[in-house]
Amino acid sequence: MLKRSVMVRALLASALFWGVGSLHALTLEDAKALAVGSSESRLQALAKVSSDPNEATLAFIQALADDEVKIAGEQVLVVKDDKAIDPVTGNAVPLPDNVEDVINNNLMRGELDNALAALQLFSPKEALRKAAIKTLTGDNDEARLPLIEKAWAAETVPQLKSQLGLLRAAILLSSSDKSKRLQAAALLADSGDPSTKTVLLERLAKESDPEVKTALAASLRKVEAALAWGDKLAAVFSGISLGSILLLVALGLAITYGLMGVINMAHGELMMIGAYATYVVQGVFQTYLPNAFDWYLLAALPVAFLASALMGAALERGVIRFLYGRPLETLLATWGISLMLQQMVRSLFGAQNVGVENPVWMSGGVQLMGNLSLPYNRLVIIGFAIAVLLGVAWLISRTRLGLFVRGVTQNRPIAACMGVNTARVDTYAFALGSGIAGLAGCALSQVGNVGPDLGQGYIVDSFMVVVLGGVGQLAGTVYAAMGLGILNKFLEGWTGAVLAKIAVLVLIIIFIQKRPQGIFAMKGRSAEA
Amino acid sequence: MNAPIKSVVLPAKGPLLSRSGWSAFMVALIVICAVAPVLNLWVPEGSAWHMSTYAVALMGKIMCYAICALAMDLIWGYTGILSLGHGVFFAIGGYVMGMYLMRQIGLDGNYKSDLPDFMVFLDWKTLPWHWTFSGSFVATLILIVLVPAVVAFVFGYFAFRSRIKGVYFSIITQALTFAAMLLFFRNETGFGGNNGFTDFKRILDMPLATPIMRMLLFVITGLTLLGFFIFSKWLVHSKFGRVLQAIRDAETRVMFSGYNPLGYKLTIWVISAIMCGIAGALYVPQVGIINPGEMSPANSIEIAIWAAVGGRATLIGPIIGAFIVNGAKSWLTVAYPEFWLYFLGTLFIAVTLFLPNGVVGLVKKLWKGKAA
Amino acid sequence: MTPELLEQGARRVEQRMAALVNNKTNTESGGRNASTGRIAMPEGEVDTTHGRILYLEDVSVSFDGFKAINKLSLDIAPGELRCIIGPNGAGKTTMMDIITGKTRPDEGTVFFGSTIDLLRYKEAEIAQLGIGRKFQKPTVFEQLTVFENLELALKTNKGVKASMFFKLDSKQSDRLAEILVTIHLAESVGRLAGNLSHGQKQWLEIGMLLMQDPKLLLLDEPVAGMTDEETARTAELFLTLKGKHSLLVVEHDMSFIRTISDIVTVLCDGSVLAQGTLDQVQADERVIEVYLGR
Repeated sequence: MLKRSVMVRALLASALFWGVGSLHALTLEDAKALAVGSSESRLQALAKVSSDPNEATLAFIQALADDEVKIAGEQVLVVKDDKAIDPVTGNAVPLPDNVEDVINNNLMRGELDNALAALQLFSPKEALRKAAIKTLTGDNDEARLPLIEKAWAAETVPQLKSQLGLLRAAILLSSSDKSKRLQAAALLADSGDPSTKTVLLERLAKESDPEVKTALAASLRKVEAALAWGDKLAAVFSGISLGSILLLVALGLAITYGLMGVINMAHGELMMIGAYATYVVQGVFQTYLPNAFDWYLLAALPVAFLASALMGAALERGVIRFLYGRPLETLLATWGISLMLQQMVRSLFGAQNVGVENPVWMSGGVQLMGNLSLPYNRLVIIGFAIAVLLGVAWLISRTRLGLFVRGVTQNRPIAACMGVNTARVDTYAFALGSGIAGLAGCALSQVGNVGPDLGQGYIVDSFMVVVLGGVGQLAGTVYAAMGLGILNKFLEGWTGAVLAKIAVLVLIIIFIQKRPQGIFAMKGRSAEA
Repeated sequence: MNAPIKSVVLPAKGPLLSRSGWSAFMVALIVICAVAPVLNLWVPEGSAWHMSTYAVALMGKIMCYAICALAMDLIWGYTGILSLGHGVFFAIGGYVMGMYLMRQIGLDGNYKSDLPDFMVFLDWKTLPWHWTFSGSFVATLILIVLVPAVVAFVFGYFAFRSRIKGVYFSIITQALTFAAMLLFFRNETGFGGNNGFTDFKRILDMPLATPIMRMLLFVITGLTLLGFFIFSKWLVHSKFGRVLQAIRDAETRVMFSGYNPLGYKLTIWVISAIMCGIAGALYVPQVGIINPGEMSPANSIEIAIWAAVGGRATLIGPIIGAFIVNGAKSWLTVAYPEFWLYFLGTLFIAVTLFLPNGVVGLVKKLWKGKAA
Repeated sequence: MTPELLEQGARRVEQRMAALVNNKTNTESGGRNASTGRIAMPEGEVDTTHGRILYLEDVSVSFDGFKAINKLSLDIAPGELRCIIGPNGAGKTTMMDIITGKTRPDEGTVFFGSTIDLLRYKEAEIAQLGIGRKFQKPTVFEQLTVFENLELALKTNKGVKASMFFKLDSKQSDRLAEILVTIHLAESVGRLAGNLSHGQKQWLEIGMLLMQDPKLLLLDEPVAGMTDEETARTAELFLTLKGKHSLLVVEHDMSFIRTISDIVTVLCDGSVLAQGTLDQVQADERVIEVYLGR
């Protein structure tokens, strides 16, 4: 309610730019009819008035909705902050003593909201028109039809125009005139909006005329076919999005386990550190650089990377280096570290989730079809994952550090003989893997909740990716992450999220039966995995 | 120069437990069957010697955990298979017992219906198929052994057959318990959803909440623990146990010696699963609740740390470890709750870095040091 | 079936009928009827009536495009002590992997005796059939005593239930004692295998192999890392084993080979380069080139 009144006040501020509708001002009779009397009479007056948009009427209706209208005998006044205004003229008048409040019951309120929305259809601001259309969807009041048709004719944005067309058709669908219903059925067939399906289904249940029924059924089939495409593509997109997140999560793990043989159960917590680092940077920007808030994410990336990388380096130096060659012990020790990291974050930031906002340029999305909208934040993350992947691949294959890492992991003693400081290379490699986890955490903060148990949610999935993808090659990780993401989302469409997850786990176990080394594996002499 | 064959002295097969071992065993037996009941039921409450109901329940709970730790020692300490999902078998046993106990509530539930409360809440009219045997105690006892065994067998068969080893195997077990947890969290699965089972009233038509019943459960748990201990001792003492250790140390060699590791691994895996299942079944009536949280990967990983703290491949070590860690947990979560996780985490790190042979190993070292 | 083959078959039938009538059917070893008059071999027993205990023919295997074994053909007589030598990477260990079932060849046949196709069996089964392998690195069970190591290797039922209820009987004890003496470890019977010296571990491993009474022993660099005295004792051991068991020894130590060998096979690039006594092989031009030239 508050937001709407804010919007309408903005509306009023730009009321000068209205050119639509007649310039009938609000008359005293109308004002009285709206404020005084029984609910039914008031509603009738409201209906009459709302087909005729003008600023004064809108302002008055808004005032009614905000409980600012009061009656003093024959006068109708809008009272704000103890100052009274005459709604007809807009002039200030002295506040009489005997004012009575105008009471709106729930029905009245609902109708006032709808009326406001209907009038908002003519607002110059696209966002307001969009919100208005949304409010009116589902309310198939035939009396609004002329208003909606007027708005539809005047609408310039194609997306909103088609939505208005749908509204119009939905209203026509309930019309008593058969030809109008047929016309509506035909119109709705071309809609890509998922709500059309509901509308058609509802009407189909109530319809008695067989000709209209066939038309409705035909339209329904067409709509469902279009929706099916949208659903499939949406599943693919979700799958790619989930796959890109899994890739970011698993990439760090692929380096520490795949290249170094270290099982790091604290990998999820390193992500969590990255996410919390993002949160802290956001806070800093909010406090000190509010104007540049939208760019906090760019600052957060290096901070998240460094925070996790440093933590990873500390882990490697302090604990993990003493456990090389003992993978099961490493697993347990890193699990212990993960417990401590979680508790540390709980002590510092509290056990509740903390809020991380998307910067403006990542909010919203691209609407491809009626039921297919691609959110910007996910698109950005997909791009980000690809960029990180390419960066890591380049680092491993083209730089000296990458060469040292590969050398040390393949044959440590010889690398040491060559003068490579194996201890330092280990630390760098582990820090790199951890830093990537931090980046993943930063990305996760944009699409999900940030809390102390952020890491736990992804640890099983990320290990599955590594197990499936095979050890020693990044390509396996990529394929496994994408494959699992898409598979998961497709199964979700059939069986729901939980069963999909379980099915994926079972499938992985079965796959490992046939190919214990994973998708890409090192062949040859190694007898043990 | 070949010595004549008859002069070669082959080592005799040692006894199951040493003299001191048997004495300790008898002491434990007496404490569980005689001392504890006396201290709890006969000694009056005000006295310093009285063993409170809280202590009985706590000890009973820890003894159930000790059984799990024992099972973990068998597969990890002796066979080298680190399972991070054994909690699932514990929970399965617990749920089977829980189903029976829910049925035992009878008409005394909130909804005064034949069906358990949560089913009435979900608007179910009849018992689902998997509750068919939950009315009979004997059937429940059989299922407590059978269900974890079957699940373990199927999983183990596929996992060991594909020769998944080492960390890959551990991760897969983690995924198994995670998947099971997700499954049990759903209401549709018919296991009480995220609330699980609770509010038990009776067992075998006798009330659960009386001191005598609690002590009885305590004694049964203790005897089960001791029984499993002796059984495990016998297992590892036999050639079977030595083959397991050989599999742990050099599996390829074992294969070349003509043994098929699959059968051995599968056998000990199923045995350990059954042990955990029974432990879970004893746990539930004493603690009074079971929910899918028992299947969380974190719980299973804790079992591993009990075994590591106590000392792997010693059988007595993990039992001690379970007591130490859970004792510390009970104290810390009351006195300094924020520190519990720090303590546990440090324990994980300290044991793997500094105490690879656990507490028992440390004690042995100190003993040898003294003797030298 | 071509007309020529039909004719040949008809002629053979005539001959056979004639021979039957004249009581001249050919049932000696190698004759056509010998195959139908074969002595029934109990399941799993090795048929060495044809004079060969191990028979590899045209075996090839490649790993990731690299041809490790290239049309290798080899055969060993029962009771023989064959030595295999060759430069590194010649495929010696891979060949053993194939025989024991650890690696499957892409082509070729491997026969144990004349009837047992090794390619159809798994590793554990091949071990049960009577082929024992000793690895380059001694892999004894370090946490078990010498006695327990040998007990594990006993030729008994290796199933789970049998192991649970196993008790050592006197015949097995005697065999254990016998082997202990053969491998010179009678004094160390109660020691943890991990505490033995390198040479002793090798002997223990050989002892474990002997416990299974194998017909064919594959030994991969058995004296690597041994002192001269240990090497000499090992040579003695092998010479006593020869005849009762067949041995295939891969080694680099030429003096050791000289002590024990009859026939030496030289492997190079995955196939047999030369074969003969050590002197013959050492004089062979190709062998010299391969060892010294490249």
